[in-house]
Amino acid sequence: MIDIILDILSWILLLLGGACVLIGGIGGLRLPNFYARIHAASLTDSMGNILIFSGIMLQAGLSLATLKLFAIMVFLLLTGPTATYALANAALLSGLKPDVGSASDEPQENKLK
Amino acid sequence: MIFIFAVFLLSLLVITAIAIVRAKNLFVAVMLTSIFSLLMAANFFILDAADVALTEAAVGAGITTVIFLCALSLTDDREKPREGSRWVAFCTVGVLALLIIYATFDKPRLGDPDAPVHQHVAPWYLEKTPEYIDIPNVVTAILGSFRGYDTLGEVFVVFAACIGVLFILSVKPTKKTNQVIKKESGLRHHLIPQVVGRLLIPFIVLFGLYVQFHGEYGPGGGFQAGAIIATGVILYALLEGESSALRAIPRSVLLGMVVGGALLYGGVGVACILMGGAFLDYSVLATDPVVGQQLGILFIEAGVGMAVCGALLSIYHAFAARESFS
Amino acid sequence: MYIVVSIAILITMVLALVRALMGPSVYDRVLAVNVFGTKTVLLLSVIAFLYGRPDFLDLALAYALVNMVGVLAVLEYFQNRVRKKSETQDD
Repeated sequence: MIDIILDILSWILLLLGGACVLIGGIGGLRLPNFYARIHAASLTDSMGNILIFSGIMLQAGLSLATLKLFAIMVFLLLTGPTATYALANAALLSGLKPDVGSASDEPQENKLK
Repeated sequence: MIFIFAVFLLSLLVITAIAIVRAKNLFVAVMLTSIFSLLMAANFFILDAADVALTEAAVGAGITTVIFLCALSLTDDREKPREGSRWVAFCTVGVLALLIIYATFDKPRLGDPDAPVHQHVAPWYLEKTPEYIDIPNVVTAILGSFRGYDTLGEVFVVFAACIGVLFILSVKPTKKTNQVIKKESGLRHHLIPQVVGRLLIPFIVLFGLYVQFHGEYGPGGGFQAGAIIATGVILYALLEGESSALRAIPRSVLLGMVVGGALLYGGVGVACILMGGAFLDYSVLATDPVVGQQLGILFIEAGVGMAVCGALLSIYHAFAARESFS
Repeated sequence: MYIVVSIAILITMVLALVRALMGPSVYDRVLAVNVFGTKTVLLLSVIAFLYGRPDFLDLALAYALVNMVGVLAVLEYFQNRVRKKSETQDD
């Protein structure tokens, strides 16, 4: 009985994680400029990590493998946002300006370019 | 299923390789090389070669990218425009590629039990490893004990490569009068990488030691461990500036590690002679020959790890600290 | 069940590769490399379980630790370039 519940839970978590990862990939292609793409990549990355690793950990039960999976999840959660910060900082330092975009309320001439 | 994965990853590999060759901006080429190395590691993993995949991931993604970027910061970003045509090179490569493809038609299929490579030596290794050496990871048993001479040669090749690179970059030994220039370097002003990086460095070194000593039971060994520990020290050098890293682990220590690793390996071989066996015959190192073999493999893996770590760090410092000498 | 997830991760890797080849600026390409790296760790973990060999998780762990060093090296490279440009402009 408990196996079936664990299986269904794993299925749900893994499918949601896969969907998150896919959304991140699609967002990386379709969003207009670099800073928007960073949002897509890093947010969906962290969420997808948590979901997929939780799904696999439920299947692994209590063993050394679960501990290693937990360690991998923690390291990915620590280093992912750091890498994103470093990248955004490097881009800003080298002069890539964030584009405010055409969805603002200001008239078109005042748009930052 | 595995076939589909493998075909997919290999076609991605081809696309990345074409993109690397056609990139004009060298920085882009370095980033694509990092992706290429990751794809290779995934390919090795799918082919069930875990030790090779671990080495490729540890060396290709971390250290090679960092050294390429250090080299790029010393030179320009753009590729030099090429004069003349490439027809001779193109034709040579094309003819050779066709010959090699024709030669692969005669190869046995992957995993074919009737293939010659699976008939003579491989079953002998698989049968005799529990009897002579008794460790679960057959790859380490072959690398360390059955083919110990080859691995000795590899350590000496790493040593020679390190010395060669240091010669080419004209790294002079630091005298006492040379001040280590304390300039504003490293990612000192960025708080987040500092905090997270400092948190990670002990884990990286600990994981490197785990891989080193776990090489007899799972994927691991000296080469991978040396690369991982070198990555940890390079992370410290990136965060604090390489002058601090050179103060923490000076060049003499690094060269000592390279030399010491090679000496340790050769020394184990000589110790076997002194104890009555042949060169690199570890069975004589202890009263029980199986324990002697395991002890021998432990020592030589330590030698390999030291040599690789020292060599990679010397090469990194040779590139990164070069700007302060010019 | 692992097969579905690995197909999703592979498709995302392809999308990241397209961004790496297509990206108008170099930062897009570095972002794509970073995404590719974390997806590789996920793929290695999932395939290790698909194969039924949990002791291959060491690879994923090694790669998760090493991935950050590359991106930090990129940040250092850009910082050096900016600093060198400002130094040559001050002379």
